[in-house]
Amino acid sequence: MEAVNLMLWTFDTLLGLGLLWVAWRTLACADLFKGIVLFVAFGLLMALAWVRLDAPDIALAEAAIGAGVTGALLMAALARLRASETDEGSAGQLGSEGSDAEPSQWLPVVILLVVAAGLGHALLSLPPEAVGLGAEIAAHLDISGVSNPVTAVLLNFRGYDTLLEMVVLFVALLGVWSLGREIEQGASAPGPVLDTLARILAPVLILVAAYLLWVGAHAPGGAFQAGSVLGAAGLLLLLAGWRPRADLTARPLRLALVAGPGTFVAVAVVTLLTGAWLLEFPPKHAGTLILILEATATLSIGVTLAALFLGGRPRHDQELR
Amino acid sequence: MMPSDCISAALLIAGGIFFLAGTFGLLRFPDVYTRLHALTKADNVGLGLMVAGLALQAESWAVVGKLLLIWLLVLLAGASVAHLVAGQALRTGTRPWKR
Amino acid sequence: MQSIYLGLALFLLLNLGAGMWRVLRGPTAPDRMLAAQLFGTTAVAVLLLLAQATASAALRDVALVFALLAAVTAVAFVRRAWPGQEAGGRRQEAGHDAE
Repeated sequence: MEAVNLMLWTFDTLLGLGLLWVAWRTLACADLFKGIVLFVAFGLLMALAWVRLDAPDIALAEAAIGAGVTGALLMAALARLRASETDEGSAGQLGSEGSDAEPSQWLPVVILLVVAAGLGHALLSLPPEAVGLGAEIAAHLDISGVSNPVTAVLLNFRGYDTLLEMVVLFVALLGVWSLGREIEQGASAPGPVLDTLARILAPVLILVAAYLLWVGAHAPGGAFQAGSVLGAAGLLLLLAGWRPRADLTARPLRLALVAGPGTFVAVAVVTLLTGAWLLEFPPKHAGTLILILEATATLSIGVTLAALFLGGRPRHDQELR
Repeated sequence: MMPSDCISAALLIAGGIFFLAGTFGLLRFPDVYTRLHALTKADNVGLGLMVAGLALQAESWAVVGKLLLIWLLVLLAGASVAHLVAGQALRTGTRPWKR
Repeated sequence: MQSIYLGLALFLLLNLGAGMWRVLRGPTAPDRMLAAQLFGTTAVAVLLLLAQATASAALRDVALVFALLAAVTAVAFVRRAWPGQEAGGRRQEAGHDAE
């Protein structure tokens, strides 16, 4: 099927070139908002690229996080930047259209060229037929508790990395919380259209998150993808003007945030105490353990992303007694 | 080719034409409101025809259901976002294009 | 049918590239956001076509997530990043449309 191969090849080439071009334009434009929109477009093209590289799990994550949640976070950040710059009269424009390159500006370019040359050399000296670990994983899939190799690697064989990622996300939120209270946005009350849209879409988003969580055991999906869709649901509600009740922002919020990394750490400690290696799951219970870990991780990731959007500690946050 | 294949192909190509029309409108129309109009045509009719063409080729009713769900969500989101953008544009003073 | 799916996917990708011009030109922020919306819908269509062409059902899930998340990004734009809206200003009240 020559025509099919030719079309696939053209598609891939256009996609690759498009990615490079959009990346360049994202970094090279002076208007911040244009940069954000181009970044969202870049995330979109990147998700298509992952699809063409046979990685639907990553494409799911890129679609949810890169194109969706990050776009919303960047726009909120831009709004805050504009508000603080209004007094100075600028409006989201980064100056420096200057084309006089000082000598010190060439040093980063040289370093980047050296790094690029090193990467190219490393890439070209790889064996042409890369075997990878696919065969190994497939051989041990039956003791991992799931039938999706990506989930098996993320949650079982390399669970340690996932544990650290959850902690990183948590620490990021702590960093944002240390900056101060939630920013008062002062936006107007949502009209009926936004209200209805949020009321319809938020449950759909939660359902899709649950679906992605469940399907991650045997098809592309999993905790990070489900968590980011859940975070998008939180974002949508926050944008439509909803705020959690005051009594929910103290202990319940903190419990939800800690549930994911906390459960992971607890399981890790238990596996150490029972004499196995760190995070080595007994094959009989591996499936259940993975489901529990993924469920708490989804909750934590979703709540963390929504909390990041607020930009600070929640407004009605009471000090814990 | 089987007749369902022919119908699918026709629906898909028709959907593609509407996508082309949407892009063309986005590039050529004179202001935000008219561009919104072009955009939602690609959303509704373009994607709808494509979903119809793909549904004929689907291997199970579950797939048809998922395709329909995707189209309905795009419809809902597209229409609401168009309303929100147009409303906000009016409130912040963007004047509709007059000849 | 394979060639029709892939040919249309290629055509839609070219559409996407053409829409980039609107992002680069503007002139206003909503114009750029509209182009991003069109990209989202086009990507949904491309993913559905690829799902049928390569017989991987997971791509339909990716399309579903795309459709939903594009709406959230657009709502974030309207509510937060619309130029001329400063935090703390309560100028626009819902329900009072401009004259």
